[in-house]
Amino acid sequence: MKFYRSHILVSINETSLAAGVQEFITALRNELAKNDLAEEINILETGPLGFFGRGICLTVYPENINYEGVKIEDIPELVQEHFLKGRPVKRLMVGVTEKFSPKFNYENRIVLRNSGIIDPENIDDYIGAGGYVALEKALTNMQPNDIIAEVKKSGLKGRGGAAFPAGLKWSFTSALDVPQKYVVVNADEGEPGTFKDRLIMEGDPHQLLEGIILCARAVGASKAYIYIRGEYKLCIARLEKAIKQAYDYGILGKNIFDSGFDLDIELKIGAGAYVCGEETALIESLEGNRGTPRWKPPFPGVEGLWKAPTIVNNVETLANVPFIIAKGADEFLQYGTPDCPGTKVYTILGDVAYPGLCEVDMGTTLRTIINDYAGGMKKGFRFKAALVGGAAGVILPDRLLDVKMDFTSLNQYSAVLGSGAILVLNEHQSIVDLLWSILRFFRHESCGKCSPCKNGTQQLYQLISKIRKGNGTMEDVNLMLLIAETMQQTSFCALGQSPIMAVRSAIENFTDEFIEITKK
Amino acid sequence: MKTLADLKKIREKAQEEMKLRGGNTRIKIVVGMGTSGIAMGAREVMKTFLEEIANRNLTDVLVTQTGEKGLSSLEPVVDIIEEGKPKVTYGNMTPEKVKKVVVEHIVNGRIVSDYVVATGN
Repeated sequence: MKFYRSHILVSINETSLAAGVQEFITALRNELAKNDLAEEINILETGPLGFFGRGICLTVYPENINYEGVKIEDIPELVQEHFLKGRPVKRLMVGVTEKFSPKFNYENRIVLRNSGIIDPENIDDYIGAGGYVALEKALTNMQPNDIIAEVKKSGLKGRGGAAFPAGLKWSFTSALDVPQKYVVVNADEGEPGTFKDRLIMEGDPHQLLEGIILCARAVGASKAYIYIRGEYKLCIARLEKAIKQAYDYGILGKNIFDSGFDLDIELKIGAGAYVCGEETALIESLEGNRGTPRWKPPFPGVEGLWKAPTIVNNVETLANVPFIIAKGADEFLQYGTPDCPGTKVYTILGDVAYPGLCEVDMGTTLRTIINDYAGGMKKGFRFKAALVGGAAGVILPDRLLDVKMDFTSLNQYSAVLGSGAILVLNEHQSIVDLLWSILRFFRHESCGKCSPCKNGTQQLYQLISKIRKGNGTMEDVNLMLLIAETMQQTSFCALGQSPIMAVRSAIENFTDEFIEITKK
Repeated sequence: MKTLADLKKIREKAQEEMKLRGGNTRIKIVVGMGTSGIAMGAREVMKTFLEEIANRNLTDVLVTQTGEKGLSSLEPVVDIIEEGKPKVTYGNMTPEKVKKVVVEHIVNGRIVSDYVVATGN
């Protein structure tokens, strides 16, 4: 075994790739070699490191020092000072240059517990971190029904937005006696501002694979598809690598570990339609058809892909399953609230000091998430509103900052947790502009299958454009509410049923702003 | 193709490797890497430690570096830190002395008193 005295973990993600992390790593290797340190210090490419950093981020073990925004020009100093002489370069360290030191919430993690610690491209790392323990348990000590019972007991709810209990969904499909069933992973993360699934897949692809295998074993499926967003090039590359490693180890394929259970996993690259995040449209697209939703019922769990019973689950939902099976539902219930156990991964954007991701207990308030994990507001700005849940989400004003963020609590305020995106606005931002941008998005993404959505999204966009230009009246504002409500009641799928949430929350919570702009 | 038993072996091996990264180790070797330390050959000392540890497949040892500690005339200086024991500081280290320290102190737990310049905190 090669012995290294120090390990530099470099976060590879879309942000750092854009900042030129590949060139950075090459330059770092060269500089280490020049100083004769190449044999002593190891460079590991890993996923998100778990702190809110900009640009290229590094964690250096064993000292556990975090750097952010490192540039190629900084390399000689880093190598001379830190890697050679052991003096960390303070000006590049996270939380030292700024007064605020963000919390690194490693203790309360389930889905991201390995992210930024293991090398996601190395199956051995995942195994070393306790990976595939759940698989072993499920294949040797548990019957498929035991897996479902455990997931049911854990109270795990779907993390894609609809919050349907996962164990219950599985039990419908598992009860059917048919020769072919499927598992489909919804990795077509299209909700604006949401990129949690990307980080889960980038940071720990094997965890998702293990979740899929457990789900397939529980419901009796022999084939699984990961329907992944086409722009997620790095995720695709890592998942392909992970699937190949799993086949090499006999974790996928025929007769897995002599249990008589077969499973194949295949990737399907999405083409970028928002509506394909809707499960039946996703299935249509998988079959090679145009991505438009199907009538429900029958639900996919009974009649899905090629008319076979199909489980469609979100990435984050499945990524929770290995933990539940390995550690037990009781351990999972320690996290979150009694109604909504577990954790939630959020992506925080907008006018906060440290935009990025965090994984916290269900039920953590919006205030805590913004202040503790995103460093509060950007210097000199005040909080005005947060768009929670992406375009199909709600706009929350400051008086709702202390609402607990979980599916049940938010429901009381007709709000939704949705996909876990939090977009924070400062006091200078216009809610009308935000709503305009959301409605423009819906107009663009409506698939055109049903009239309420096809015409409604167009009408809403026209009205908000008129209001935004200062030509609207309060009647137009009320008309928007009426249209959106009609769409909610009559649209074919969730896409047309969603704009009401943004429209109503914007108009109700920020009435003054609409009165002001329509007065002119 | 692997079996479940293979998987267990892989897990144990990977755990050992990952333990090293995180710094959860039995014994910590700190080499003084200030300017005078490097001038007196601290790099060679560090390298010898790494070689010896790799040769012996020691997985519970951590080697790290630190700056000047004010013992310039005794450089290269090495601290050996073990949980629950007083810190041992060796001075005037050379690659040959390192080999002896690894065998005696790191592996067998016997302090090489000839090279010790200080103990305690």
